Amino acid sequence: MAASALQKVNPNMESKTVPPAPASNGGNGGAAFLEFEKPISQLYRNIEELQADQARTNRDHSKEIADQRELLMAMYKKIYCHLSPWETVQVARHPKRPLFPDYIRLMVKDFCELHGDRNFRDDRAIVTGFGRIDRQKVMIIGHSKGRDTKERLENHFGMAHPEGYRKALAKMKLAAKFRLPVVCLIDTAGAYPGVGAEERGIAQAIAVNLLEMARLPTPIVCVVVGEGGSGGALGIGVGDRIAMLEHAWYSVISPEGCAAILWKSSEYAAKASETLRLTSRDLKKLSLIDDVIREPMGGAHRDPEAAVAAVGHYVSETLRDLKRVKIDTLLKRRYRKLRDMASFHEDATSPAATGATTRTRRRTRTPATTPAASDAGRAPAALVAAAHADTARAASLGV
Amino acid sequence: MAKVEVPEGLWMRCRGCGKMVFRKVFEEALHVCPECGLHYRVNARTRVDQLIDPNTFEEFNAGLVSTDPLKWVDEKPYQDRLRDNRDRSGATEAVITGRAYIKGRAVILAVMDPTFMMGSMGSVVGEKITSAIERATDQNLPLVIVTCSGGARMQEGLVSLLQMAKTSAALARHDDHGGLYITVMTDPTTAGVAASFAFLGDIILAEPGAMIGFAGPRVIWNTVKEELPEGFQTAEFMLERGFVDRIVPRKDLRTEIGRLIDYAGK
Repeated sequence: MAASALQKVNPNMESKTVPPAPASNGGNGGAAFLEFEKPISQLYRNIEELQADQARTNRDHSKEIADQRELLMAMYKKIYCHLSPWETVQVARHPKRPLFPDYIRLMVKDFCELHGDRNFRDDRAIVTGFGRIDRQKVMIIGHSKGRDTKERLENHFGMAHPEGYRKALAKMKLAAKFRLPVVCLIDTAGAYPGVGAEERGIAQAIAVNLLEMARLPTPIVCVVVGEGGSGGALGIGVGDRIAMLEHAWYSVISPEGCAAILWKSSEYAAKASETLRLTSRDLKKLSLIDDVIREPMGGAHRDPEAAVAAVGHYVSETLRDLKRVKIDTLLKRRYRKLRDMASFHEDATSPAATGATTRTRRRTRTPATTPAASDAGRAPAALVAAAHADTARAASLGV
Repeated sequence: MAKVEVPEGLWMRCRGCGKMVFRKVFEEALHVCPECGLHYRVNARTRVDQLIDPNTFEEFNAGLVSTDPLKWVDEKPYQDRLRDNRDRSGATEAVITGRAYIKGRAVILAVMDPTFMMGSMGSVVGEKITSAIERATDQNLPLVIVTCSGGARMQEGLVSLLQMAKTSAALARHDDHGGLYITVMTDPTTAGVAASFAFLGDIILAEPGAMIGFAGPRVIWNTVKEELPEGFQTAEFMLERGFVDRIVPRKDLRTEIGRLIDYAGK
């Protein structure tokens, strides 16, 4: 199943087929369509009515249905090619969006879950285990938000405690010991903010993960598949390649948190999401992530299998490239990549600079403006891009 | 933002115990209340002077300025906010780094500044800290970082978040090279700074009463409706829970750092 899904993947997601209509009122409290998808839901309803009428009266509506389908496709394009950041956040949180167990089911063969941090308990918010992605053995690690209420409560909505991050690290070290690459699927609103997390050292747990992932002697590929909430995301988000699904978000703070600080009300979350530049498109432009994985038209929740297959394809191709690189070189490049994450210049005219430095050279290290500056470290990225010319082109989102 | 904690004048009223304190005595006690022992926040320049052997500071990267990668505007543009902070605090950014001597031992020192945007970490803080760590590694010197921060700086978005990974990666190399790193946590050490270089010290010292934690009380309340117990997220609490090695009063920091370097330095 998984392997065939991978082979079947259509790198050019501009398929002509209309996404299947979501199960209407499928027990999800009417969450099938998001507010901004209203025009789409209307078109689906039109098609349904025409089909029903056709069945009932034997009148031929095939042309009208075809017209409506065309309109629907156009509407999908119109809406989904220009999602606002706030709409993107809503898509990333869509209740039908594929979650960790869907990735395991559709993308990973022979998953062998490994539980526990050997210290406190098994945190269900982060799931870890061996598995095969396109016949490559990996350690797969991901946030698991839970699908129904019971599971969500057990998993703390995918907000991990320190033991979750410590479990992740323990399994990464296990992977490195046996030369397996690590795949991290990030989907969290953030680390769990609560008394237990604080007293068991959530900050320390994340800090240690950042340090150890920076030097873990095996390839690491991270994909933000839904929400990339701050330190909770970064805690399993350091690696050789960082990608995002097209409609995922990744930010230093949630839009609600940012709004609460800046405008004293979470009602300004939409405004905050504009300011934060948290979409895959913006982050790619800023060179803060390596790749964007295109979602099926209408978002991953409209066609979970295609979305998961696209992630699987990206991960397996990327791993193939990374595994060819010697570990020492890989680690050097990983360091260089992190080292280049900066945006500053040297201002010799600033008052405190006088006497301290006489350098007047203006140095701007915004990677976006100096693509050639880090050639050595970026070479493999170029290779990947070439390997996936299609994905990469799709990823550039030049729409 | 960060208020000037000590009102001007010959006398001041301590906000901890409410007693009137002679200002000169307070300053001689390194901005610690001589009556109740409350450790006040101090700006980075003052901290450096308190910590090092006189006139041994050789500063690095003093002129680094953020390029405002997100072109951020809230109530006012981030660029203006930076300028205001520079004018008001006299500092260029929320950390100063350099080489100095403490009790005769050469160290690489980074000191964060609560008076500059609450010590928050954007790309300049990340760069200066990383560059200081690299120098410590390359020059085989012990590294001392005095942390004091509200976390990653929102106004630089994901760039700020990634500084956590960048500084931690540099510390991994420092560790691989057998370098010593001493953290001195001061009030407050929270969020993105706590969750990166602050908690990565080989030895972690903290000043008495310092607030140390990840999520603030308000965030915790808003998200999971849990009220924090009294004394939660203090240096003392963190020591009890096993996350801090020693609590060291400000007046003893020099001596403590000196002797730790003698034990663990190269």
